Amino acid sequence: MNQAIHTIPLDWYILLSSILFCIGVMGVLFRRNAIIIFMSVELMLNAVNLLLVAFSAYHNDAAGQVFVFFTMAVAAAEIAVGLAILVVVYRNTKSTDIDVLNRLKG
Amino acid sequence: MMQYAALIPFFPLVGFILIGLLNKKLPKSAAAIFACGMLLISFGLSLYVFMNISRQAQELQLAPWINVGSFSASFNFLLDPLSSIFLMIITGVGFLIHIYSIGYMHDDDKHNIFFAYLNLFVFFMLILVLGSSYLLMFVGWEGVGLSSYLLIGFWFKNNSYNNAAKKAFIMNRIGDLGFLLGIILLFITFGSSDYLTIFPKAQGFMGGDPMITTITLLLFVGAMGKSAQIPLYTWLPDAMAGPTPVSALIHAATMVTAGIYMVARSGILYALAPVSMYVVALVGVVTAVFAATIALTQNDIKKVLAYSTVSQLGYMFLGLGVGAFSSSVFHVMTHAFFKALLFLGAGSVIHGLAGEQDIRNMGGLRKKLPVTFITFLLATLAISGIPPFSGFFSKDEILAHAFASNKLFWALGVIGSMMTAFYMFRLLFLTFYGTYRGNGKVHAHESPKVMTIPLVILAILSTIGGLVGIPASLGGTSQISKFLDPVFKPAEAKMMLSEGSSSISEIGLMSITVVLVIASISLAWYFYISRKRVPSPEGTKLPVLTNLSYHKYYVDEIYNALITKPLDKISEFFKDIVDNKLIDGIVNASGKVTEWLSGLMRFVQTGNVDFYLLAMVIGIACIIFFKLM
Repeated sequence: MNQAIHTIPLDWYILLSSILFCIGVMGVLFRRNAIIIFMSVELMLNAVNLLLVAFSAYHNDAAGQVFVFFTMAVAAAEIAVGLAILVVVYRNTKSTDIDVLNRLKG
Repeated sequence: MMQYAALIPFFPLVGFILIGLLNKKLPKSAAAIFACGMLLISFGLSLYVFMNISRQAQELQLAPWINVGSFSASFNFLLDPLSSIFLMIITGVGFLIHIYSIGYMHDDDKHNIFFAYLNLFVFFMLILVLGSSYLLMFVGWEGVGLSSYLLIGFWFKNNSYNNAAKKAFIMNRIGDLGFLLGIILLFITFGSSDYLTIFPKAQGFMGGDPMITTITLLLFVGAMGKSAQIPLYTWLPDAMAGPTPVSALIHAATMVTAGIYMVARSGILYALAPVSMYVVALVGVVTAVFAATIALTQNDIKKVLAYSTVSQLGYMFLGLGVGAFSSSVFHVMTHAFFKALLFLGAGSVIHGLAGEQDIRNMGGLRKKLPVTFITFLLATLAISGIPPFSGFFSKDEILAHAFASNKLFWALGVIGSMMTAFYMFRLLFLTFYGTYRGNGKVHAHESPKVMTIPLVILAILSTIGGLVGIPASLGGTSQISKFLDPVFKPAEAKMMLSEGSSSISEIGLMSITVVLVIASISLAWYFYISRKRVPSPEGTKLPVLTNLSYHKYYVDEIYNALITKPLDKISEFFKDIVDNKLIDGIVNASGKVTEWLSGLMRFVQTGNVDFYLLAMVIGIACIIFFKLM
């Protein structure tokens, strides 16, 4: 196995992933711009990917990496659809601010 | 060959379906002839059955009907002397009345549908008497109630006729409930409603068994409704709203005798319940006298006959109640002849006077309607019980049996028959004697042949019909009671009647009745021929008793105050309070609560994406937190 990875302890990977994930969550919660929210979601996804890959390497199990491939594929598809929706939103509202999208108020 | 008896009800049904479906497409004459023809075929078959009936009851197995769990009933007919006599009365008198209706209903708009209804009625009536179980009798029982409703309300454009039809239907329904409960109890007790299962089993019961008493009393409640006995009789006089042939066929000759048929059929059960027998006799005799007193003062020709019918039905129940089953059936037969004839005669008078029904506006019609007059006279003699007309034999046989069982019943019966003679001759004198008192413009005329021929035939039957039942005391052989003997023998054996009075005293009783009847006829002669009395016009003050009788003892008003009004009040209470306030309140409240709760919930739906995301994150965080704890 690749010993280089092992030179960094697993805890650090977990810590890094957690920090990245939290940054993503904060981005989703506190930003208004839809594109930035998208990017934050990507950040969260990739934080999880990193964690999966790290575990996969430490446990010598390829299943984690297979998961990551699937996550990436799904994320790509999601981005395609999401950006398409954003384009339509922008065309209609001349803005990408998500606060405009409040028509579903009960 | 006897299997063909199963076809007897089939023909009127075909008549009903075809005429009813084609209705206006059929020419009037075709519909009338078809309806009569169907009945004639039924009559022919009935005659054959009557001639060849065996003394042993014979069951025709036709079809399985209901089969659920342990409950089963089949669609079978029972042929025995009792049902064959009823077959003859229904199809025979029914046929004559169909013929008569051709003339009477000729100018009516709904001529064809009238014949369809008549055929429907005959069909159900035949089912009623042919059915071999109480359940099948109940089918016929309800069916005749339906046809009666349709025919009373035949001229439904008149609202009071409609009300009369509804009244008849509802009053019958009260009785039917009793009948139905009786049938259910029969099922519980005997496990079946077939006559041929129940009657042999009933032999094993002790006399006075409380279950049998309950059953018979409940069945009698049904008979009270259908046969118009106190307290359920008020529908019958109102039922005269229907066309006169209907009054003759349904409300005098056949349907109202269904109660008599049912009690006679259940003779063995009644024989086991002396209490019920006593109740039947008591109700019968009280009704006989009570209705007769009302008939004394009525001025509507059909109302007099209607109360007379109620009264005569009372006699039949008196006969049943004192155990004279065959005499009662005999009286059903003679009554069918002379009462149908009286009604048809009244119809002929009404027809001749262009719809006039008030006897105060009649008089002197003897010359103008000779055939109607003679036949009406014969029927009046028959109903009054003058020998040798048919009513004499049947009524005196009932009275003789009543004498043997209870002297008070006999005395009341004799008083009733005196009143019968009085009101019938009052009717006859006021209608046909004296001078014409009505509207001069109306040209009174005799009815066409098609109406008078049935009158003549019925008059012949009313005159000689009693000869089949001449009692032994008068040197006769009483063929009818011999004929019915196999049906009633078990019941009579159970009762162990003290073998009646000697023939000497029976002759004595007869002569007493006849003398009293002739006396009351003379009284009617004195009042309405010698003194030329005419009932006072509407609105004059009448003496107290006359007034009571004229207003039918205010029974309708009493029922109205005691039952209808409180029911109305209760319905109003339920409508206003229970339905509008309570039920609607609950429904509306559940709606209101949902609305209020959702009003709270909608604050969650801010439409703000930020908020949703925050809620989602907090939610996930909470889940993870609690999972990990």
